[in-house]
Amino acid sequence: MHTSDVMLDIRNLVVEYATVDGVVHAVNDISLSVKRQRCMGLVGETGAGKTSTALAVMNLIPTPPGVIRRGSILVNGYNVLRMKDTEMDAVRGKEVAMIFQDPMTALNPVLTIGSQIAESILLHEKVSGAEAEKRAMNMLEMVGIKGTRANDYPHQLSGGMKQRVVIAIALCCNPHLLIADEPTTALDVTIQAQVLELIDELRENYKTSMLLITHDLGIVGDMCDEVSVMYAGRIVESGTVKDVFTDTRHPYTEGLFNSLPNINNRAAQLTPIPGLMPDPTDLPPGCAFSPRCRYARSKCRERVPEAKWIGDTHMVACIAYEDPGFRIERSKR
Amino acid sequence: MADNILEVRNLSKHFKAKHGALHALDGVNFTLERGKTLGIVGESGCGKSTIGRTILRLIEPTCGEIVFNGVDITGLSHRQMRELRPKMQIIFQDPYSSLNPRRTVSQTIREPIMLNRMIRDKRQLDMRVAELMDMVGLAERFVNSYPHELDGGRRQRIGIARALSVNPEFIVCDEPVSALDVSIQAQILNLLKELQNKMGLSYIFITHNLSVVNYFSTDIAVMYMGRMVEKASVEELFGAPTHPYTRALLSAVPVPEYHEEKRKRIILRGEVTSPVNLPDECRFAKRCTRVCAQCLEGEPPLTQTRPGHFVACRNP
Repeated sequence: MHTSDVMLDIRNLVVEYATVDGVVHAVNDISLSVKRQRCMGLVGETGAGKTSTALAVMNLIPTPPGVIRRGSILVNGYNVLRMKDTEMDAVRGKEVAMIFQDPMTALNPVLTIGSQIAESILLHEKVSGAEAEKRAMNMLEMVGIKGTRANDYPHQLSGGMKQRVVIAIALCCNPHLLIADEPTTALDVTIQAQVLELIDELRENYKTSMLLITHDLGIVGDMCDEVSVMYAGRIVESGTVKDVFTDTRHPYTEGLFNSLPNINNRAAQLTPIPGLMPDPTDLPPGCAFSPRCRYARSKCRERVPEAKWIGDTHMVACIAYEDPGFRIERSKR
Repeated sequence: MADNILEVRNLSKHFKAKHGALHALDGVNFTLERGKTLGIVGESGCGKSTIGRTILRLIEPTCGEIVFNGVDITGLSHRQMRELRPKMQIIFQDPYSSLNPRRTVSQTIREPIMLNRMIRDKRQLDMRVAELMDMVGLAERFVNSYPHELDGGRRQRIGIARALSVNPEFIVCDEPVSALDVSIQAQILNLLKELQNKMGLSYIFITHNLSVVNYFSTDIAVMYMGRMVEKASVEELFGAPTHPYTRALLSAVPVPEYHEEKRKRIILRGEVTSPVNLPDECRFAKRCTRVCAQCLEGEPPLTQTRPGHFVACRNP
């Protein structure tokens, strides 16, 4: 693969937080890449390390307590972890922008929405204040809010509209890479559908690549080309959506699918994953999923599974596959 | 005749707002058969939580009747309500804010038993708490833990144990799994289902998640801005959704399946408007794709279109 085809390339990233209770191992040696103009879904539950990964890409890990132990991150060729703050300011917003989960807290309550969009434009482009405001109004129209509302404050807008404003701020400088961290989790389903459609449309027009962080496999199925499944700071399975959804390999991915009630299949029984996510200050030895895994064998507790490629695009990190006859239940069906 | 544990007739709740009356609930009717589950779905502000609380008279209704086990409870005094409350319980959405942070698991679970003077003997009480914890799958070692020491799933189990402690017949589950991760969500849903089968509980299951009600309920009611717009059995509602809002809601749910082609969604334009001082027209008219002149004349009544299938729409 030619490097210029890759918009985001994360290699061997390790993120830790030093807390009074010990070192939190948030991200443990992950590698992932987002191809140009494609959408990669990053899936996992609370505490899997999804948001830490996103913040590392923006070089926004709060330090202290956070520290990036190892790894490199290339955004459109820029090595963001090596950059000075001033250099990074030019990359953030221009090369890579982020949409945060909670639109209620992502906006400044004492500034009008128009000025918050204009601020970002003024930072990155040599335009006059009046010009920036005009472009802010255009951006608002683009995300489906009347330009005349540019003088409104965030509290005057509904949740869905606030998230549109956040999207407008993220896209106003036409970034190459968009990181969306649970962009619709705080919204109702019909509003979620509107916002997802909007993101899709804008991405098409601007040819933006995207890393979409979510816990919802349904959204991945609708929006993404590729998907990586994260558990306790590691990527346990990745591939195209077709690979992972139709030829699921990792027991954790299977567990996620089995925990979801399917709207099209009422008779299906829910099989929850037993137990809880491990404590990130005290990860179990070997495969972190092994204590909850129904297929776990003794060697799973001895060493960390390596990435195993089962096709050009499909990777699984599971020791059980060293036994060539191993199959999970889902793939037997 | 069906054995109904609960009948709600023409229930309304209007809150006083700055600029007039906020119609949280408007003329809602339904019945719940013993041992069954009625799912109530809708988006924020549709009145689904208000229903749950009004039925238990945690909020006083503006008008309407609530008949529980054959008794109209709307006129009962506080003392009479207190005698009835053990039979009707509620599980709240957020296990983080619905538990007293300064009480241990055991104190939280035993409180309702003591308040209702059901068991007075200390040893028996301890045994009952242990039994309840076992019933909801909480390990005995947590008996003296405080809520902050436990994760969301375990906290929700405390909430369930507390509701079960007084031997209820009927439980309002108000978004019991929305605050939990998917793998934990499934654990709690299975627990609630198992308890229902074992103890013959009747549930009202309030949620915004259609896949969850589909798994859980026997009947479903869809709410929009305080009105029930469609009501049917689960098979009927998911198989033949009729109200334009229900259809849009169903099509907006992302399905965790691989599809070659992009799925066609019905996308509703606009957002839920203010329920203060409503106009005469159908409340959904502003966002509806099938709106016609009739819709603007007045609000459509909930009418039966097929056996057991009720829809409030003039132009379905």
